[in-house]
Amino acid sequence: MIHPSLIRKQRLIMLALLILIVLTVVVSMGLGYASLSFDRLIPTLLGQGTFKENFVLFSVRLPRIVITLLAGMALALSGSILQGITRNDLADPGIVGINSGAGVAVSLFFLFAPIEAGTFIYFLPLMAFVGAMVTAFLIYVSSYSRKSGLQPVRMVLMGVGFSMALSGVMVVLISSAEREKVDFISKWIAGSIWGTDWPFIWALLPWLVVLVPFTLYKANKLNMLSLNEPVAIGVGVSLNKERVVLLLAAVALAASAVSVTGGIAFVGLMAPHIAKALVGPRNQLFIPVAILTGGWLLLIADTIGRQVPSSDGLAAGIVVALIGAPYFIYLLLKK
Amino acid sequence: MEKKTGRIPFAYKMLAALLLLLAVFVLAMLVGAADTSVKDVWLALTSKEAGEKLSMIREIRLPREVAAIFVGAALAVAGAIMQGMTRNPLADPGLLGLTAGANAALAVTLVFLSSVNYFGLMIACFIGAAAGAALVFGISAVKRGGFSPLRIVLAGAAISAFLNAVADGVGITFKISKSVSMWTSGGLIGANWSQLQVIVPFIVIGIVVAMLLSKPLTILSLSEEVAVGLGQKTARIKAVLFVVTVMLAGASVALVGSLTFLGLMIPHIVRAIVGTDYRFAIPMSAVMGGAFMMIADTLARTITAPYEAPVAAIVAVLGLPFFLVIARKGGRASL
Repeated sequence: MIHPSLIRKQRLIMLALLILIVLTVVVSMGLGYASLSFDRLIPTLLGQGTFKENFVLFSVRLPRIVITLLAGMALALSGSILQGITRNDLADPGIVGINSGAGVAVSLFFLFAPIEAGTFIYFLPLMAFVGAMVTAFLIYVSSYSRKSGLQPVRMVLMGVGFSMALSGVMVVLISSAEREKVDFISKWIAGSIWGTDWPFIWALLPWLVVLVPFTLYKANKLNMLSLNEPVAIGVGVSLNKERVVLLLAAVALAASAVSVTGGIAFVGLMAPHIAKALVGPRNQLFIPVAILTGGWLLLIADTIGRQVPSSDGLAAGIVVALIGAPYFIYLLLKK
Repeated sequence: MEKKTGRIPFAYKMLAALLLLLAVFVLAMLVGAADTSVKDVWLALTSKEAGEKLSMIREIRLPREVAAIFVGAALAVAGAIMQGMTRNPLADPGLLGLTAGANAALAVTLVFLSSVNYFGLMIACFIGAAAGAALVFGISAVKRGGFSPLRIVLAGAAISAFLNAVADGVGITFKISKSVSMWTSGGLIGANWSQLQVIVPFIVIGIVVAMLLSKPLTILSLSEEVAVGLGQKTARIKAVLFVVTVMLAGASVALVGSLTFLGLMIPHIVRAIVGTDYRFAIPMSAVMGGAFMMIADTLARTITAPYEAPVAAIVAVLGLPFFLVIARKGGRASL
């Protein structure tokens, strides 16, 4: 039985987050390199803008805003699931090899594949997705044993091992590459939102539409998985099946997010913790909060990052850590 | 696994490990970019004879191998302490904000004091590492009843993310990503006796204190309640152990850059050999860490001789197979 006041609190927080997201979207639409004043926003949205205003809003800013929001949500959800099934507070999408796998794939592609301007922007996310998936698969295969199934501790260790080895490969790649190329790669890895066009939204949205309801439906199972094993078995959870299914969901979410945004793991680590600090550890309560928090965090980070007067802004992955970390520490101190 | 642990006495295992260390040391002294014979090495170590080769061995190779042993031992012991104290298999000394602090300080120094020399950069790294650790501790200690391992780990993860974001941001904005990543993965290039004089005392004191406290640490690694129940002053012991970790890891980070995954990996390997009793695990970690670091460093300077391969990459790639085998075999013995 969940106390009604807690539910009310969760609803209020959700509402507050939604309002914040809407506000940030509006601000984000009005700010940027090209001018589009705030009082022209509504006419442009209603289809009465000039060609330039239409172009700036619908082809440049809106897709980026939507992508950022969705990616943040996907990462947060993925992190929540992973922290639940591994019972480890340090778990983030990075531990299933998503970031390191995508990073190596992108570096290899960028350094060695012939670059054609037309297809490059679509191939890069694709490579990242493939790299992330392959790594996650390897980690899964090497941590699954027929006798004991999928053991969280082993999976976490395998994940760390693979991430370590792949980051070693990265260092080798970087040490042999030219300076400019290294700068591009490290920018991608730092999480500059890469895919900023409508097609990329279709790479992200279907996963969320399917997996958000699915995870919420499984929230109670997640609650039990985060208890200890005997208890979970005792109340009739099919441990192995649930773990594998939820793991797949988490991998798909994180891989699709990382493929369009670059290596942002921090949102996946922090958003669930922020949400837990706000509404407590029940999965059905904190997961929606975590999703909204993740989306909002990444959106506001990208909005701020775009305003930085350097060549093309500061990567969202960096800004999100610069803002998110202090807030997280504040929560830690308050609790 | 546990039965086998009981069968072979610890003394033999320790002896075997020491022999391994000795063998690796001899090998490391013999090979390198310059041709040296067994006789040269023997003369260099035992006599006072002068000569180009002999002084090369005394002034370049020997300090480097000594540094490798101490750094490896320090990181491995620091890692063992962290994992025991936080009861988290993912904990490594980097979580205390040391590596991230050093990275941030390094990036800032490279930009604003670009004329700074090697020694200056090392000092900057050390200050950065200390500042990072101080931040993490400050935040964990502000609250009453502070030093809860979970809070330190979370604060450490947040601070690390923040400082890494600073390092990445500075690196990308000023286009020095390559210099930063080459320095932090640089390893033991240029280790000399005067650096060792500063750093070795810290490491020796750290390891000795860690061994003295290994019994309380074993109890602490079981559970906090058990430790309190057995009359342990947990707060004081944890405080001392954290200071030890910072000393060990800080000294190593200043010398070799981010190699903290050595500290993550070695304790896992060691626990699979001698079990979870830290009275055995800590000395074993020190020896194995030293041996492993020396192997990695020797490989780093020989595979592409006369150039150096980044030792961080070697450690990561070399460590993976070990790590995979250990994690597969002993899901339980891992922590």
